[in-house]
Amino acid sequence: MLKDITIGQFFPGDSVIHRLDARFKILMTALFIVMLFSAKNFISLGVAVLFFIIAFAASKLSPKLMLKSLKPIVPVIVITSVLNIFFIEGITLVKIYKLRITDQGIETSLFMIIRLIALICGSSLLTYTTSPIVLTDAIEQILKPLAKIKFPAHELAMMMTIALRFIPTLIEETDKIMSAQKARGAELDSGTLTQRAKALVPILIPLFVSSFRRAEELALAMECRCYNGGEGRTKLKTLVSGGKDYLALSITLFFLCGIMVLNLGRIGFEA
Amino acid sequence: MIKTEGLTYTYSQGTPFEKTAVKNVDLQIEEGAFVGVIGHTGSGKSTLIQHLNGLIKPTSGKVYIDGQDIHDKSVKLRDVRFKVGLVFQYPEYQIFEETVYKDIAFGPKNMGLDEAETDKRVRETAALVGLDETLLEKSPFELSGGQKRRVAIAGVMAMRPKVLILDEPTAGLDPKGREMILGQIKEYHEKTHSTILLVSHSMEDVARFAEMILVMNKGEVFCYDTPPNVFTRADEIAEIGLSVPQVTKVFSLLRQKGIDIRGDVYTVEFALKTIKEYIARKDGKNNA
Repeated sequence: MLKDITIGQFFPGDSVIHRLDARFKILMTALFIVMLFSAKNFISLGVAVLFFIIAFAASKLSPKLMLKSLKPIVPVIVITSVLNIFFIEGITLVKIYKLRITDQGIETSLFMIIRLIALICGSSLLTYTTSPIVLTDAIEQILKPLAKIKFPAHELAMMMTIALRFIPTLIEETDKIMSAQKARGAELDSGTLTQRAKALVPILIPLFVSSFRRAEELALAMECRCYNGGEGRTKLKTLVSGGKDYLALSITLFFLCGIMVLNLGRIGFEA
Repeated sequence: MIKTEGLTYTYSQGTPFEKTAVKNVDLQIEEGAFVGVIGHTGSGKSTLIQHLNGLIKPTSGKVYIDGQDIHDKSVKLRDVRFKVGLVFQYPEYQIFEETVYKDIAFGPKNMGLDEAETDKRVRETAALVGLDETLLEKSPFELSGGQKRRVAIAGVMAMRPKVLILDEPTAGLDPKGREMILGQIKEYHEKTHSTILLVSHSMEDVARFAEMILVMNKGEVFCYDTPPNVFTRADEIAEIGLSVPQVTKVFSLLRQKGIDIRGDVYTVEFALKTIKEYIARKDGKNNA
């Protein structure tokens, strides 16, 4: 059950997207998000989606995987679209009691759904094709200039690496503790809300205790290997950018400009 | 009585990580037996035992406890879990209550027992696993590793399950702590006549206590038999990467050297007796 979570998972591969410099990938993902939010009509949104589809096709990942990443946000999508359908003013199409469905409402909610799905898919593409270690490395380098104003870039990156590293471990641990408490007759999935909240105590406390234990062990292990922060530390694998990275970035910028231009046209929906 | 029929379990079915952990296990364990479960890491021992109290639902096949299919709609899994107590590996990591007493009482309380009965069971079980009365009001997190382990085991024992399954209860303990826990499990078995399944890596431990041995290999039952019968197959057992007790090894080496001595020796006490017999027999022959 818990093992089905795919957010933040990495699927190794050897596609162009996998090989791109992670710093560029982060930058491109950020630009893609800008595209999505600056798109003002369906055509420019379509162009942003097209950009994603090209990147996705180049990544050679299975579409099934993408659908899986959308699973957890289905409720969010449903709620936002329903709210939009009913609460946006426009020409009334259907009227149910006091609720009105308007043409504008349908358009807006469709627009939102596409935007949300593209948003999740785009960021999933980044994590699916970039190993967590490389990803945090890239974040560290992107944030490095901020060190001048005493921003703890290395510490932040290290914390992220550790957090990402321990997600699967903690999931496994939670599964184990849940089984152990179930074996002692704990009821986790029935009863009233307060009963259910109480039933979480036997799971959360052992999980907390073991997280602290793990943190202490890890800190000790790091100290034993003479870890003393980022200063003077060299990397085994340094990030290198090449022609393909600049090319990919230019394509991204081209799409972004395209969207800006298309936004001027007054076709379809106006946000 | 525990019975399984064609029990098969596949992890992450339909993904690239698919793996069959248990394959076609047909097993019948008599009531009151002390069974040692042995197998290599990844041989499916842990997966198998989690089927017996319904924590894992088999991909195919059936599990019967006292003749009843536990995944039948009329059976409440929670009741099965009170009947079949399962102590996980490193059970001390499941401890959560403020006091040792409360933690041991968690299972009995979930069963819906009244205060008096719970109290009786907690105290009895604590005494059985050698926890001092004064410890009961302490926080379990202040205890030593071995003590915590015993608190956790007591937590399951206090439910008085008809079947008690322990997954590597001695892992990571020092020899003294190991002896203590194994002795207490034996004592529990003798007192309550419940069925015990002891999962272990150590042939030595299993050989000393178990009446029956279940050897698992690559998700399948390699053999399920009495210790003498299992250990006479020492060579096959060595082939699947398990070792027989050291005494058994010595005796099989002796036999290879052409010494006519029995091969089903698996405890040091019995070895001593066998050697004495052998010497007596030899002396008899020489004298004749």
